[in-house]
Amino acid sequence: MNAVKFLFAAYIATWVIHGFYLGTLVRRFSKLRQQLKDLGKAPRD
Amino acid sequence: MKRLFSIFSALTALLLVYGLYQALLGAPTERTMGSVQRIFYYHVPSAWAAFCLFFVNLFASVVYLIRKNLKADALAVASAEVGVVFCTIVLITGPIWARPVWGIWWTWDVRLTTTLVLWLIYVSYLVLRRFSDSAQTPTLAAVLAIFGALDVPLVYFSIWFFRTQHPQPVMGRGGSLDPRMLHAFLINLLAFSCFAAMVCWARYRLEVLHREVEEAHAMESLAGGAAKASLPLNRSAQ
Repeated sequence: MNAVKFLFAAYIATWVIHGFYLGTLVRRFSKLRQQLKDLGKAPRD
Repeated sequence: MKRLFSIFSALTALLLVYGLYQALLGAPTERTMGSVQRIFYYHVPSAWAAFCLFFVNLFASVVYLIRKNLKADALAVASAEVGVVFCTIVLITGPIWARPVWGIWWTWDVRLTTTLVLWLIYVSYLVLRRFSDSAQTPTLAAVLAIFGALDVPLVYFSIWFFRTQHPQPVMGRGGSLDPRMLHAFLINLLAFSCFAAMVCWARYRLEVLHREVEEAHAMESLAGGAAKASLPLNRSAQ
């Protein structure tokens, strides 16, 4: 029973790390897209 | 390209779900270690993905050093960062597996130590990329990447060259796997390889976008500087 805890801990840790990293990628993408959009608008403003 | 990425992502997600099912329910329980052995289906594919990404980083770094190709440099950054994520998972799932099986979280054994050194080398690579603004940074980072990649075969072959606590490979010359275990393992190996490629692709696109933004900022600064510089001339002309 105790071993199952370790098994789930390993699987959860894997997906938490991947989820966190994918989250940072999405956040960085949207931030850069916004910056590029702002820069594109700058000459018109 | 975007559509291809979406299709590839959807297929990867399906493979990961099927891989999870195979790892938790499809594969039989190992006799000596019990259920905790199922960590193997995530631990080894993560290590494989990290090694592949570090080799991509090596290849891209060598291409950058020879041709000064900026796309190769962007790929080197992307593969190193994603490789560090997978290597972190290896370093976390390994001790979680070791605790119930060996009775310890960590030991300064060759396989474990060289893996930690590999992780530290690539973390230092990323720190160099993040905090150094010098024009020489990509070249220095590419050289560091070549040294880092030398540690990959050392990690892989350490269990054959040295006496180590880490188990020998369960396939090839080290032993054999139950066919259902092998199926679960190969599915997860494929799923993690596709997932690593997908994330690396996304990170590469992010790096390209980041460089575009930097370039646009630089152009704007130049245009602003030029406008300021031309202002007194305009005034004097008036």
